[in-house]
Amino acid sequence: MDAVNFLVQCLNAVQYGLLLFLLASGLTLIFGIMGVINLAHGSFYMLGAYMAFVLTPWFADSFLLMLVAGGVLSALFGYVLEWAFYSYLYERAHLQQVLMAWALILVFEELRSLAVGNDVHGVPVPAWLSGSVPLGELMTYPVYRLFASVACIAIAAALYWLVNRTRLGMMIRAGASNRDMVRGLGIDIRRLYRIVFAGGVALAALAGMIAAPMSSVYPGMGSSVLIICFVVVVIGGIGSITGALLASLLVGFVDTFGKVFFAEYAGIGVYLLMALVLIWRPEGLLSVRRA
Amino acid sequence: MKDWLIPVLGAVLLALLPLMVEPYTQDLTVKMMVFAIFALSLELLVGMTGLVSLGHAAFFGIGAYVTVLASPEYDPGSVAMLLPMAVLAAAAYALIVGLLSLRTKGAYFIMVTLAFAQMAYFVFHDTRLGVSSDGIFLNVRPVQGSWLDLDDKRHLFYFVLACLVFTYSLLALVRRSRFGHALAGIRVNEQRMRAVGFHTFGYKLAAFTLAGALAGLAGFLLAAKDAAVNPALLSWHESSAVLLMITLGGLGHLRGAVLGTVVFTLLKEVFSTHSLVGPLADHWQLTLGVTVIAFVALLPHGLMGLPQRLRSRR
Repeated sequence: MDAVNFLVQCLNAVQYGLLLFLLASGLTLIFGIMGVINLAHGSFYMLGAYMAFVLTPWFADSFLLMLVAGGVLSALFGYVLEWAFYSYLYERAHLQQVLMAWALILVFEELRSLAVGNDVHGVPVPAWLSGSVPLGELMTYPVYRLFASVACIAIAAALYWLVNRTRLGMMIRAGASNRDMVRGLGIDIRRLYRIVFAGGVALAALAGMIAAPMSSVYPGMGSSVLIICFVVVVIGGIGSITGALLASLLVGFVDTFGKVFFAEYAGIGVYLLMALVLIWRPEGLLSVRRA
Repeated sequence: MKDWLIPVLGAVLLALLPLMVEPYTQDLTVKMMVFAIFALSLELLVGMTGLVSLGHAAFFGIGAYVTVLASPEYDPGSVAMLLPMAVLAAAAYALIVGLLSLRTKGAYFIMVTLAFAQMAYFVFHDTRLGVSSDGIFLNVRPVQGSWLDLDDKRHLFYFVLACLVFTYSLLALVRRSRFGHALAGIRVNEQRMRAVGFHTFGYKLAAFTLAGALAGLAGFLLAAKDAAVNPALLSWHESSAVLLMITLGGLGHLRGAVLGTVVFTLLKEVFSTHSLVGPLADHWQLTLGVTVIAFVALLPHGLMGLPQRLRSRR
């Protein structure tokens, strides 16, 4: 493998890893703060991708505006969803939430099929991002993929600021490390849950919208990323955003280079990584929970 | 007395069933019994030991795959050889997974079992061992001597029923044994069990391996019933579906696992049959999803908790 090829694979790995991070950061917060194993998270990714497909004709000349609109819409959706389906499940066993999420996945898939149909769709790459950059003498790299990485980094930076520099972020971090203590200090935990859930849905939908022009938009696209996201969350340590970032990039590299070097066994690589990490550190790389 | 009355009555009714119903219902019943064995094996982990595994389908799928892969290509394989092979293979993988995953707890355990199941899934999906990502056909169903031929629908029915009765009785015995009480103790408070001198890891590993072996038995039966296997048997959809069945039925009861399996399979069958629900059958995911949401919202203790809930309403 020459240097340019290696660079291309690295760029791919980083871009995939960053996209995973958007998905996994929401999931790790929902998991860590609310204690909900949200199997429906993949559906929000699918929702975002389909939203990109539906909204593109409306926002023909402004892709960024579309991302903002989609983010706001999906956050509202998440807020309502938490209130309607999750708010009364916290006191119950994990399994009940798994059951609820499983049912929601079915409902979302069916509603999607009723609304948009079961065809595979493409979302056009916006005109100002459609070129490609030359790399070396022979290779080129699409501008949109670079944009995707930059957009993910921007969102990640905003998230970092929100979680580490604001009062809301302080509550979120406190909730992730000790839920009961936060409640004991008089913070309205139900409102916090709702905000975290809405934020998680918005992040997943943004990931879907950013991914849509690169991959096609198809039924079942949510469930293919869902399990990988859980792997990222567990490797990184439940509730830790920094851990999620580290784990996403790790998974991005293992997956991309696994496909290059061991094509037949590529599917296994990520899970092997997770098993190894957990044998070494049963709580994930950066655990925030003091057990 | 009531404890054994309902299961025994159920088994007797099932034994009489093939005399009364048409082949379609008989097939559906065989399917339900196979999944009931699968669900019971998971109930040993989740309901009795408190270990929530989201990767149980791996053992089910391995049992099914071993049955097909070890069968001769054009001759019937022998039940006495294939069944132990399927069970042992599933148990062996369960032993390895258990050794590694039981070091973790709670949500981590859920995810690690899922990861190991996904690894097994990709082995059968991507590598030569699984032959093709679409699965493999079993050309001839297994037989045993001249008295048991699983190609015969009635033989298959009674053989599956016998396995179900065996599994149910075995788990009922386990529940009453010292081993079962230790598992219950671990479920309620593992720390305390360790403090009074129980080697809890060994107990949990034994339960995990036994559950894997029983899931392998269910896998063997499924392969014999369908005469085909595919990687989807090991997928997390299958693992979560079986988890759903026992939760729907109500955790902590063997009867709940069977009841949940029956109700879930029937609901899915009814909602996706055109002659029963008309054009709505095309949207069975919606109707099934909404029904499950209603179950979760209204029945926190599953179907087994229904009588008590009705009583307290009055």
